[in-house]
This record gives sequence, C-alpha cells and structure tokens, in this order.
Amino acid sequence: MKPSEYDFVAARRRLEAKEKSAGEKLTSLEDAAARVTNGDVVAVGGILFSRTPMALVHAILRERRTGLTLVRNLMCQEGEFMMAVGAVERVVTAWFGIGLPWGVSKIMREHVEGGKVVYEEWSHLALGLRFRAAAMGVPFLPALTMLGSDLVAIGPMKTVIDPYTGTTLAAIPALYPDVAILHVHRADRFGNCQIDGYPHMDADIARAASTVLVTAEALIPDEEVRRHPDRTVIPGFLVDAVVPAPWGAFPHECYGLYEADFEHFDEYAAAIDARGTAGVTEFLDRHVYGPASWLESLELWGAERLARQARRAHELVPATDIMGGLSTPPKPPALGAPRQSRGAPRPPDAFTGYA
Amino acid sequence: MTTIASPTEWLAVVASRQLRDHTTVFAGVGVPLLAAALAQATHAPNLTIVVEGGIVGPRIKPGRLPISTNEMRTAYRATMLTGITDTFLLAQRGALDVGFIGGAQIDPYGNVNTTVIGDYARPKVRLPGTGGANDIASLCRQVIIVTAHERRRFVPRVAFVTSPGWLDGAGGRERAGLRFGGVSGVVTTLGVFGFDPTTRRMRVDALHPGVTMDDVRANTGFEVLSADGIDTTAPPAADELELLRALDPERRFLG
Repeated sequence: MKPSEYDFVAARRRLEAKEKSAGEKLTSLEDAAARVTNGDVVAVGGILFSRTPMALVHAILRERRTGLTLVRNLMCQEGEFMMAVGAVERVVTAWFGIGLPWGVSKIMREHVEGGKVVYEEWSHLALGLRFRAAAMGVPFLPALTMLGSDLVAIGPMKTVIDPYTGTTLAAIPALYPDVAILHVHRADRFGNCQIDGYPHMDADIARAASTVLVTAEALIPDEEVRRHPDRTVIPGFLVDAVVPAPWGAFPHECYGLYEADFEHFDEYAAAIDARGTAGVTEFLDRHVYGPASWLESLELWGAERLARQARRAHELVPATDIMGGLSTPPKPPALGAPRQSRGAPRPPDAFTGYA
Repeated sequence: MTTIASPTEWLAVVASRQLRDHTTVFAGVGVPLLAAALAQATHAPNLTIVVEGGIVGPRIKPGRLPISTNEMRTAYRATMLTGITDTFLLAQRGALDVGFIGGAQIDPYGNVNTTVIGDYARPKVRLPGTGGANDIASLCRQVIIVTAHERRRFVPRVAFVTSPGWLDGAGGRERAGLRFGGVSGVVTTLGVFGFDPTTRRMRVDALHPGVTMDDVRANTGFEVLSADGIDTTAPPAADELELLRALDPERRFLG
C-alpha cells in the first residue's frame, strides 16, 4: 500500500480541481484508454466474471501500459492478461482466479511465486470499505473484520481504539485510485450511468477514483435518463469518458443480457494447462492485438455463440425485466441482435440508441 | 434411485441439518449453498440464504447450479440484489446467523488457510486468497465449516490464518478485537465436530455410522478431543437425497 492511496486531502484537491461537467463525454475506446498512464492505480469495476469492463481492458492492453497496480476484489482473467504482458507490478485483491472448477490461477502463481508481481491481499469487505471510505472522502473507516488474522500480521492495516467504548477496531484505509474502468448497462452521452441487477461496487469506485472511464451496453438519450432518474447510480459530472460498447463485458456476463461463457473458460484454462503463459498471449494475439476494433474482436466469437449466451441469460432473468424494461438488449451492428427468449414481448426499439 | 449416499451427499445432508428454520445463512457456492437449499426444502422453509455477491433470498434453478457467488445463476429468483459491501455489512451488523464456508487447510482451533504455503512475500504455493471467507468468519454469529476430512487438510497449525477460528484458543478472538461469533462446528465426511468451550480445541460430537475414532485419527494431523458419548449421525433419508439430487442433476458438486 502506498500512502498516496489513502491521502484524502490530496484526493479531494484533485477532484476539486477537476472540471465536473454536465457536458459531452462521448469518445472512443482508444481515447479513453489513453488516459491511463504508466504506474497508475487502476480500479476495475464489476466483480470476477460479472460486468468486467472487457472492452476497456482490451484497449488498455493495446496501449502497452506498464507498472500498473490493478485493484479488484475478485480478480479474474483481466489480471492474468495484464500479468502475461508485463503491464502490472502489483495486484490488490481478496481472491484471484476464474472460479472453483478452473482451479488456482497458474498465471497468478507463476508471477507471484516468482516475485514478478506483488499480491496485496485484503478481505473482501475490507477492500470494499477501502473504496467506500474513499467514496465518502475520509482517510479510513472502522470495521470489525480482518482482526486477528495473518492478513493483518503481514499487511499494512492498522487498528484504532474506539474513543467511546475503548474497543479495538480495524482502521480500513481509504483507496483513492487514479483511474476507474467500469462497464454499465446504460449511459447517456453526458456520463449518467444506470446499472441493472446487482450493483457490485461500481458506484463507490466511481466516487473514489480521480478519473472515471465508462463503457455502456447502450447509449440512451438524455430524455430516457430523466424519465427514470432513480435508476442512475453514477452522476455524469463524475465521469470523464463514455464509450458505447455492446457486449462490452464478453466473454464475462452482463446481468440480464448475456451469461458468462463457461465453455470459453474451459478452453482458455486448457490452453494454459498445455502451454502456460503462452496460452494467454496466444489468446491476446487473436482477440486483443489482432482485431482492429472491439466489434471485430466480438466477431471472432460468432453471432451464434453470442445469441446462445443471451438465451442462457434470458432463461435466468426474463428479457422484459432487463434494461429497466426500457430498452432492448444490445445490438452489435456487425452481428445482429441476440435472440429474445421465446414468448417474451419485445420492448419498443425507440430507446435503444443503436440506429 | 440408490439410497446409498456418496461422501459428498453425506456432507451436504448433515450440513443442511445444522441450519434452523427462521434464521439467515451466509453461504459460499458449492456444497454450502446446496446444503442451505436442501435445508430450505426440508425442515427450514423460512431460512433466508444470503450470498456475498449482493444476493438475498435466491432459489436454485435445477441444472443451473451457481459456479460463482456473483452471477445470474446465483441471483435466480432472489428477493433482493444489493451491493457486495452492503451484504457484508449485514453480517457486521449481526443480522446473519450462520456463515457456511468450505475449508482448504484447517487447524485444531478452526482457523482456515486459503492464502499461502510458505513465506507470504515469496510463497512456495500462492493460493487464491480469502475472498469473503475472512469476513464471514469474523462477522457472522457462528460459522460452520464444511469440508472433506483428509489428513493434508487437518493440520496441527495452519501456515497462514486467513479466516479466524478461535485463533490461539481461549480468549484469542477477544484479544484480537473479534467481539462476536466464532467457529461452532465442522461438518466433514467422517462426522460432526465442535469445539471445547474452555480450550476451544476441536472435539468429536458425532460420527457417521461405521466411522471409528481410529478413522478420525488416521485422517487428522492433530489430536481431536473425544467427548463422552459420541453421537452417531442419522444417515441421509430418501427424501433428503431425492431433493439434493434434483438440485444437482449433473452432479457438478455432488461428484
């Protein structure tokens, strides 16, 4: 942990000095990713294989950044990608892997055991409270977790005595990231963001970071945001860049729209079992460095596979319940719309934002 | 349908019986979640399952068993979806009665290691990390660990305390500032284990039929205290097995 991570005064000065505009934020993935600089502390929204800002992860990889600190409570493939290309020197997380069926991450083991990457471990709640403290503008939050464990013995966390009852409490330090990268269901061009389903930690992360980069499944008109302002979880004036990215979390999931592609995880894990880090770099060459754009990268999966993952999502979350009941699922222009679940009435197309 | 239960089915069924009706359980994915769903389908219809991904009151869609604590399968027909931090804060507030977690490496005081083997900075084996287990072990009113009983898992001293049990024994949690909770039980493929109220060391409460103390000694790397009059667990009933198997028809977790 660097002292700058919990310097609440400096973080406040940065936000005060920043233009907090209600104006245009719409830009390209390349322009958004260019705002990440070498050595930045980058917080990644979503969690594990849910609502990972994959299009932005690709764009940052293409920028060939180095010396990054990557922060995410449950770190998944994005951590392996960044390790495999030498972009990251430290990960701050509570857990690293894809999921129980795919075993312990061999890429993480190789890099951490070999001393190439530092694994800074916090409990899930503690790391969540680091973002919450920063979102609140304070240097730390008291909590009852992590105490007594070796996570405290090896880590930088301190304790504090409650001035009222004399009780020992964990003093969870704030974490003010340089950059937040997030993927949401809907945003308008001014950066107002709406999320369906579980919100994870994105709203705290957006408030904690100095620079906020967002991709959205659908770009929606200002009028639609104003019709349902209660659905907005990140105000536009905190956001620096908005990029429409249909299927922007794939092959990870986006609640109600498409399920994570477990068959891909099987193939990816098998490639690592067979060829180690080369299994990852081969995947990146094909899916990240080869295609000229996010849509070209999506085309590699094929429309049928995407449609299957959308269908699987609709079996779990009725199609009428998603996108706030306002919009259809995303329509990658090059690929056509994923099929709706059978029998579900199709909402009007007027609000999709995709012409 | 065979009524002979596999070791994992024993684990899930016996674990499900630890849960009481009209309570809340903070469950991890895999056998803990299956056991909680089984309890709900049998003796505890008013049990609320809470999953760390911000998911409250979910049901399991047969054949679509959750793989992660944060995905649509886990959120199926939930009564509330909320933030992850706020879910853990429900536990810190004292609203979650039982924490139901698996274990990698466990010691006589119920401490669990899922972090490293060897030195922390340059580990021999880097494990995935705590995830939510440290918080569940710190914050729930009681914690029940559900695990296969193997000598390599039951070690005299864990290499790293990721999730606090009773730490170094009597008074350990209090000294560390952990004012609430603690590990109340360990359900394994051999039996049900509790902790001596004075020393906080693991002791046998019940063994599955046919399991002897010699079996326990052979599969445990430390001395397990033996209570007077060890109970024998009742075998999984036909209806329990039927309900359990219906939840996992592909036997992804039941093996």
